[in-house]
Amino acid sequence: MIPLAGDRRDAVGIVQEGDSVRGTTRVKRGFAHMLKGGVVMDVTNAEQARIAEEAGAVSVMVLDKLPSDVRKAGGVARTAGVGTIREIMESVTIPVMAKCRIGHVYEAQVLAETDVDMIDESEVLTPADEARHIWKWDFITPFVNGARSLPEALRRIEEGAAMIRTKGEPGTGNVAEAITHIKKLNDGLRLARAVYDSKDRQEMMRMAREYRVSFDIIEETARLGRLPVVNFAAGGIATPADAAYLMSLGCDGIFVGSGIFKSEDAANRARAVVLATTFWDQPNRVREAQEMIDERMSMPGLDAASMELRMQERGAAS
Amino acid sequence: MQGDVEENLGAARQALSEMSVSGEVIQVKTPSAVSAVDAIIIPGGESTTIGRLSMAGDTLAALRERLNSGMPALGICAGLILLSSQVYDRRMGSTGQPLLGVLDVRLERNSFGRQRQSFETDIDMEPLGITGFRGVFIRAPSVTAVSPEVEVLASVDGRIVAVRRGGIVGTSFHPELSGNAALHRNLVDAARR
Repeated sequence: MIPLAGDRRDAVGIVQEGDSVRGTTRVKRGFAHMLKGGVVMDVTNAEQARIAEEAGAVSVMVLDKLPSDVRKAGGVARTAGVGTIREIMESVTIPVMAKCRIGHVYEAQVLAETDVDMIDESEVLTPADEARHIWKWDFITPFVNGARSLPEALRRIEEGAAMIRTKGEPGTGNVAEAITHIKKLNDGLRLARAVYDSKDRQEMMRMAREYRVSFDIIEETARLGRLPVVNFAAGGIATPADAAYLMSLGCDGIFVGSGIFKSEDAANRARAVVLATTFWDQPNRVREAQEMIDERMSMPGLDAASMELRMQERGAAS
Repeated sequence: MQGDVEENLGAARQALSEMSVSGEVIQVKTPSAVSAVDAIIIPGGESTTIGRLSMAGDTLAALRERLNSGMPALGICAGLILLSSQVYDRRMGSTGQPLLGVLDVRLERNSFGRQRQSFETDIDMEPLGITGFRGVFIRAPSVTAVSPEVEVLASVDGRIVAVRRGGIVGTSFHPELSGNAALHRNLVDAARR
């Protein structure tokens, strides 16, 4: 079981009102729990949001442009317009997330005041601060962050992220990077678990120093043998089979960015990716899902290795 | 299907072990799995998603039949919505989502607001003999009307958040996030009767 304790006593984001309390770690991480086994879809307008909801998405993520268009457009990519986000919030009953720039505390505050259900501090947008992410304990609204490895994930959780998504390379339609990173994260977790089982506390301390995180979070993660928060896969997912494969690697769910609304069969593909994510352990159901899409209508992919802009590297060093 | 499945499997195992009852806890995704169990937990998650997925595999029909013939159940948040006979969204009105209709109650979705309004508080469920239960409410629904055969178990700020009819219990809050398996023990009890 994923622990839901560990509130920071000094967090500004915890609000006591009479007998009830908001913004606790349990309430924030609990929100991410409700998304488990589901698909979060990137959308840019209310029509796409309704298609996503109709297809069975657990949530939608609002952007001004889909990641592949962010890549094409160049320049500075910022948080989506408040008007667009509001319109989408009024069009669907499922939770609505939106992205802010890495380290941009005030874009995050704007999103929190807009009342989005979760904020994604995302490398798809142009980072506002390369050295510091947002101190997320100060928010009642939960955050999700990207990570390519165990150390990166744990640093984000220590800053208050209530959920992690393993980074792929956004806007490419190429799932290779997402697969590499979830495997790297799993390797890190296996190592941590092995060190825990060996009761080598000094080695855990060495890991904490190398990873630039506290001993406590290393120990907790090592004991659990998994991240202490919900972990979704993201970046480059284009087909039902992509989604099912990532689920089989131990992800709790899937983020799909450009893969759906940059294809030419968006509504079918959205339903198919949801089915494959739920029934990933039943190969015949994944085949049925894969049959619902037309490969000739998939978004044209990009080879992540030869790209100039590698969004995944943004914020990774801090 | 989707949602807080793993945590409910854990809480159900915890309940069995606390009661020293031997039993198996399995995940139910198919109609054949529905016929294999003595009691069922419908966990929290996204109710629209769960409804659509259940329809996809005829699991909803199999489940309705078992529940109508008296199988005990614990429906949590989205699970309570699925058990209910009527649902509407606080802002958007009718939702048109598939329902089981085995608990004759009317539900308001997202009754307490969006995620920023999600909260935890202590709940007393006197008819079940459970008090001081930590209720975790995540974009929770509330019950706005009940038929005479449905018993109200608990309310928060005048909103009904837990109900029961026979062996079927529904809660707006998430017992699997509380670390307290009392409601899961109650389900095991109902299954043994």
